[in-house]
Amino acid sequence: MRTDVSKINETTPYEDLTEGLIMHAGGTAKEFKTGEWRTNTPVFYAEKCKQCLLCAPVCPDGCIPVKDGRRADFDYDHCKGCGICVKACPFGALAMVEGVEPIKEEGV
Amino acid sequence: MSVKDRMSGNEAVAYAIKQVNPDVMPAFPITPSTEIPQLVSNYIANNEMDTEFIPVESEHSSMSATIGAEAAGARSLTATSSCGLALMWEELLLAASNRMPCVLTLVNRTLSGPININCDHSDAMGARDTGWIQIFAESNQEAYDNFIQAYPIAEDKRVHLPVMICQDGFITSHAVQNIVLNEDEEVQDFVGEYHPEEFLLNDGNPIAIGPYSISSYAMEARKAQEMAMENSKEVIIEVARRYKEKFGRGFELFEEYKTEDADYIMVIMGSAAGTAKQAVDDLREKGMKVGVLKLRVFRPFPAEELAEALKNAKGIAIMERTESYNGHGGPLCSELRAALYEHKVYTEAVCYTYGLAGRDFTVEHVYDIFNEVNDIVVNGKEYKQHRYINLRTKEV
Amino acid sequence: MDFDKIEIRWHGRGGQGAKTAALLLADVCFKTGANVQGFPEYGPERMGAPITAFNRISKSEIRVHSNIYTPDLVVVVDESLLHSVDVTAGLKEEGAIIVNTPLSEEEIRPMLKGYKGRVYTVDARKISEEALGKYFPNSPMLAATVAVSKVMGKYEFIREMKASYEHKFAKKPEVIEGNMKALTMTFDALGV
Repeated sequence: MRTDVSKINETTPYEDLTEGLIMHAGGTAKEFKTGEWRTNTPVFYAEKCKQCLLCAPVCPDGCIPVKDGRRADFDYDHCKGCGICVKACPFGALAMVEGVEPIKEEGV
Repeated sequence: MSVKDRMSGNEAVAYAIKQVNPDVMPAFPITPSTEIPQLVSNYIANNEMDTEFIPVESEHSSMSATIGAEAAGARSLTATSSCGLALMWEELLLAASNRMPCVLTLVNRTLSGPININCDHSDAMGARDTGWIQIFAESNQEAYDNFIQAYPIAEDKRVHLPVMICQDGFITSHAVQNIVLNEDEEVQDFVGEYHPEEFLLNDGNPIAIGPYSISSYAMEARKAQEMAMENSKEVIIEVARRYKEKFGRGFELFEEYKTEDADYIMVIMGSAAGTAKQAVDDLREKGMKVGVLKLRVFRPFPAEELAEALKNAKGIAIMERTESYNGHGGPLCSELRAALYEHKVYTEAVCYTYGLAGRDFTVEHVYDIFNEVNDIVVNGKEYKQHRYINLRTKEV
Repeated sequence: MDFDKIEIRWHGRGGQGAKTAALLLADVCFKTGANVQGFPEYGPERMGAPITAFNRISKSEIRVHSNIYTPDLVVVVDESLLHSVDVTAGLKEEGAIIVNTPLSEEEIRPMLKGYKGRVYTVDARKISEEALGKYFPNSPMLAATVAVSKVMGKYEFIREMKASYEHKFAKKPEVIEGNMKALTMTFDALGV
C-alpha cells in the first residue's frame, strides 16, 4: 500500500490519511517546495567559481547540485536562503541579495 | 491435544512467549515481572526459541527498542511492571500513535508511593489513555490464553494498535496453579506468521514513521487512531471466538458469572474475580441472587455491552483496584457509571476501592459488599461512594 | 485424598525454603491429579525475615486468590517463629500444626497459645543431617506435611518425589538417595 503523496493535503478527510501518518513512499520532501520560505536569496557567479566545492556540503537543504565534480546553479525550489554557503565561499562567487529572486548585480 | 501442567502466571506467560516465538524482545527487569524476561532468556539460551533478546538500561529504552524493532518489521514485545511502565510513558503513546502492533506483558504492581511491590491496577490504569488495548486476566490460565490472542488482535488490519496483557502481580504471577497448555504447532497455527505490508527494513520501499505533524493533520490522526480502537472491539471478539473454538476456553469482552437472574452484580477485574465467584456460589446457597461480571477488556471500554449486561440488576458493586485522587472515584467507576447513564440504566451503582498495594481481598469482603448493596437497595441505607474495603479507620 | 479440599499455611524465614516447600507440595499433589495452588506472601525480601506461604489442594477448581486465614494445617519451618508470630491464628481446632523442633509435642504445646488441635513435631535438623549430612529442612517438612495432611498416600508420595528428584538433581545424582532417605525417615519418625 504505497502512499500517493500528491493526494494528501490539508483538505484530506481523516479516513483517507495514512495510518499513524506513516509515509509509505521515499523522497517525499522533494514535493514540498521550501523555496517559498526564502526572504533572501543566494546568487551564483559561475565565472568567479573555482569549483573548490566548499559550499556544497555546508548547505543544510542539499540545494547545491554537484555533478561530475562540478557544482551547478542553486535548486531554488528548496533553498531557504540561509546564506551559509555564501559565508563558506573563499572566492566571492556567492552573494546574498534581498528578496526571493536571484537577481545578479551588474559588473560583479 | 492440550497438556495439563502447573505453572505460575509468569511461567505461563513466558511459556506462551516461547510458543509464539516473536522476533525481538527488549526488556529491563522489575519486580514482579522480572521472571518473564529471565525465563525467556533461558529458553533462548537453551535453543528452545530464537527471539532476539535485547538487554537495555531502562524501560524507556525497552519500549523505544520495541517500537524500533516493530517499525523495522519484527514482531516485538517487552515486559514490565509499575514504575517501569511509568518510565515508558512517552513511548507508550508513540507505540500507539505510530500504530505499532507490539505487545507488552504487564504484571500489575502498584505505583509509588508509598513505595511497595505488591498488586494493584494503578500502573495499567495510569496508562489507560495511551492508546493501548488492555486485557486483564483472572488466573495464570487466562494470562496464557490472552497472550496468545495478543498478536492476532494487534496485527489485524482493522486495528494495528499495541496490546497490553495484564495479570495481577504476585497473586497470579507468583502463584503456582493448574493450567492447560496448547501444543506448540497449534499456537503457531493460531497466531500465524507476521508479514507486515510496509516496514522500515523493506529494501527499495522506503517509508517514514513518526513524522512531525502540523495542526492541520494531527487532529485527524488522533481521530483515525480512536477509530482503530473502536474497531478493535469486534476484532477482540472474533479472536476470542476463534480461540474458544480451537482451544475451548476464554471470554470475549467480559465474563458473566450467574448474572442472568441476579439482583446484584459485582463488576470486577483481575484475580479478585475468582474470589468473587466463590463468594457468589456461597451466597446463592443461602438464597441470595448475586452474580459477577468480570471485565476482561478495559480498553476499548465496552460501554454499550456493559450497560446491556447490567440493565436488569437492582444494584451494582463496582470494584476499583486503584485510586485516582480526584475526589470522584477511579476510572472503572467513573467510566462504567457514565456508560450506565448514557444508556439510561439508572441502577444503584456503588463504587468500592479494594486491594491497593497488595491489601488482601477475601470472600468475606464480597459477602459484606453484597449485603451492603442489598441494604442500600431494599432499606434505602445511606452510603458513601468510593469507600475503602479492608481499611483501618476510626469511622464506624 | 479422601476429602474435598485442604488449606495449608507455612511459616518460615526468608531463605529457608518455606516458599519452595509450598511450591513442591503443589507440584507433587498436581501429579496425583488434584487442583493445586501454591503461593508466597511477599513482605520485605530479606534473608531471615518471617515469611508466609500457602497451599490450597482441592478436588474442584480453585478460584479464590486470597491468603488463607482459617487453615486446616499450619507448618512451622523455624521454631524460633513461635515467639514472634501467631502461628495458630485461625487454625481450625480439628486441624493440626507441625513444628520443626527437637522438642516433643508436650514441650511445644504450651507455646501454642492454648491450641487444642493435633500437634506434631519433626526434628528436621536431625533427620536432614543424618540423611544428607547437611541441614536442608525442606524434604523432612514436606514429608511431614504429606504424612499429616494425607493429601496423598506414603508410597505414591515417595514414588513421585523420586521421579521429581531424579529430574531435579539429574546433574548431581548423589543427593537423591539422601533426600529419599530423609522422606522415609520423617514418615517413620511421625508414625503416621
